[in-house]
Amino acid sequence: MARELSPRRRATLTTAAWTIGFLIFFPVLWTFLTSFKTEGEAIAIPPSFLFFDWTLENYSEVQERSNYLRHAMNSVIIAFGSTFLGLLVAIPAAWSMAFSPTKSTRGILMWMLSTKMLPPVGALVPIYLICRDLGLLDTRSALVVILMLMNLPIIVWMLFTYFREIPGDILEAARMDGASLRKEITYVLVPMAVPGIASTLLLNVILAWNEAFWTLNLTADDAAPLSAFIASYSSPEGLFWAKLSAASTLAIAPILVLGWFSQKQLVRGLTFGAVK
Amino acid sequence: MATLHTRASARAMLSPAVLLLLAWMLIPLGMTIYFSLLRYNLLMPGLESFVGIENYQYFLTDPAFFDAIWNTLRLVGGILLITIVGGTLLALLLDQPIWGQGIVRLLVIAPFFVMPTVSALVWKNMLMHPVNGLFAWIADIFGMQPIDWFAEAPMLSVILIVSWGWLPFATLITLTALQSLDSEQREAAEMDGAGPLSIFFYIILPHISRALTVVVLIETIFLLSVFAEILVTTNGGPGTATTNLTFLVYAQALLQFDVGLASAGGVVAIVLANIVAIFLLRLIGKNLEA
Repeated sequence: MARELSPRRRATLTTAAWTIGFLIFFPVLWTFLTSFKTEGEAIAIPPSFLFFDWTLENYSEVQERSNYLRHAMNSVIIAFGSTFLGLLVAIPAAWSMAFSPTKSTRGILMWMLSTKMLPPVGALVPIYLICRDLGLLDTRSALVVILMLMNLPIIVWMLFTYFREIPGDILEAARMDGASLRKEITYVLVPMAVPGIASTLLLNVILAWNEAFWTLNLTADDAAPLSAFIASYSSPEGLFWAKLSAASTLAIAPILVLGWFSQKQLVRGLTFGAVK
Repeated sequence: MATLHTRASARAMLSPAVLLLLAWMLIPLGMTIYFSLLRYNLLMPGLESFVGIENYQYFLTDPAFFDAIWNTLRLVGGILLITIVGGTLLALLLDQPIWGQGIVRLLVIAPFFVMPTVSALVWKNMLMHPVNGLFAWIADIFGMQPIDWFAEAPMLSVILIVSWGWLPFATLITLTALQSLDSEQREAAEMDGAGPLSIFFYIILPHISRALTVVVLIETIFLLSVFAEILVTTNGGPGTATTNLTFLVYAQALLQFDVGLASAGGVVAIVLANIVAIFLLRLIGKNLEA
C-alpha cells in the first residue's frame, strides 16, 4: 500500500521499524560477534561490541575438540536425505492428486495433514523401542526416514498447491501440436513444475535442519546433527561462550541465508495455503 | 481431468505416500495405546503385564501431571499472547511505507531460522546470565538489580526464548494478510473521519482475523511440543516449574524407563493436540473448497 505520509512521520516510523528490527536480530548478531572473541572477552563486563581482538581461534578449536565437521555433515545428510526421499514419494502423489483428482482427493489431503498434527511425543516410546531393537539408535538412516515421514504431509501439500496452478490447457495444446508424452514432460511439465519443487525442497531442508525433538532423543554422538550436537554446550562446567558462538554461527548461517530467500514459500508452506 | 493418466496409474502414484503415512500414523499410535495398558519398565524386562487403565489412573492423579498441564497451558498461552500481539503490531509497522522495508523484514524474520538448541543456549548464557549476561549489564547501567532469570522466573524465561523464535512467523503471516487489504476501503473510512483505532478494529482486524486464527492454531500445534528449549535450559526444573507435557513424557520414558506410564502420557498428549487440530483442519478444509 503506497499511502502518502509526511516526511517527518515517515522518518519516525522508519526509525522505529529499524530499531525494533535491530533488537530482534540482535541475539544473532551478538552470537556472530562473540564467535570472534577470546573466552575472556566473551564474558567480560562491560562487553565490547566491536573493539576487541578479533580471532578465528574458536572456529578451529570447535573443530579440534569435537569434530565439528562430522556433525555438520550429519546435518547435511539428514536434512537433504530426508527431503529428497520425501520428494521422491511426494511428487507422484501430489501430481496425481493435482491432475487427476477424484472424489477422495480432498479427504486424503486433509488426512495427510492430520498426521502432521500428532504430537511427536505420542510416538516417542514406540519409535525409540523400534530403533533400539533394529539397532538404529544413533544412526543417520533412522533420522533420515523419521524426518522424511514427519515432513511428508508438508511436502505433499506444498507440491499439490504448486502443481494445481499449472494450467491443464497447456498440456492439451502441446498434445494437439503433436508433442509426444516424453516431449510433453520434458518441455512443458518439468519447466513449470521445477520452481514449485525447488521451493518445497528449500523449506523442508530448513525444517529438517532445525528439527530438535527426534535428533535429541534418537542420537548420542555418532549420528548427531548440529541441532543435537550444540546441546552438548549446555553442560554446566565452565562457560565456553566464544566456542558456543562459533559453533552456533556455523550451524545457523547457511540456513539463515536459505531462509531469507524463502520468505514467500514459508508463508505458503506453513499455512497450507490458508493465507495468501 | 483424466487425460494424462488413467485412474489406475493415478492410484499407483498416490499409494506409496498414503501407505507410508498410514504406517507412520498407525504403528506408533497402536503401540503407544497398547503400551499404555501395560505395566512395562525397561529396567525390568520380561515382567510386562496387562494392567488396563492403571497407568492412566496413576498418570492423571500424579501431581506432576497437573503441573505439566498447567505449565503447557502457561507456555502456549504466554507465547501466543506475545507473538500475536507483537506480531500484529510489528506487521502494521512494516506495512507502512518505511525506508528499507525489505531489509527490516529480513532482520525481523531471522530468529525463525535459528535452531531451538542454539537460541536457547545463546539466550540462557549470553543474554540472561545473571552475572556476565548482557541483560545483567544493562540492568546494572540503569542501577537495577540484575534478574537471575532461570532461578527467579524459569517459565517466563522459556516463554521469552520460544517467543523470540515464533514472533517472526506471526509477523510474516499477518503482514502477508495485511498486504492484500484493499486500500480504497481504508481511504474511504479515513475520508469519513474514522480514527486510526476504529480503522484498526473495524477494517483491519476483520480482514486479518482469518490469518491470525491460522497463526494461533499452527503455533499451538507446534508449541504443545516445545522440547529442546526446555531440555537445554532448565531440564524441566527447578522442580517441575518448566516441565510441560512433552517433557514429562520424555522424562518418564527415557529417564525413568517407565514405558507404560510414558505411553499413557503420550496418549493424553495426542488427545489434547487433536482438539486443536480439529479446528485447524476445518479452517484449512474450507479454504481448499474455495
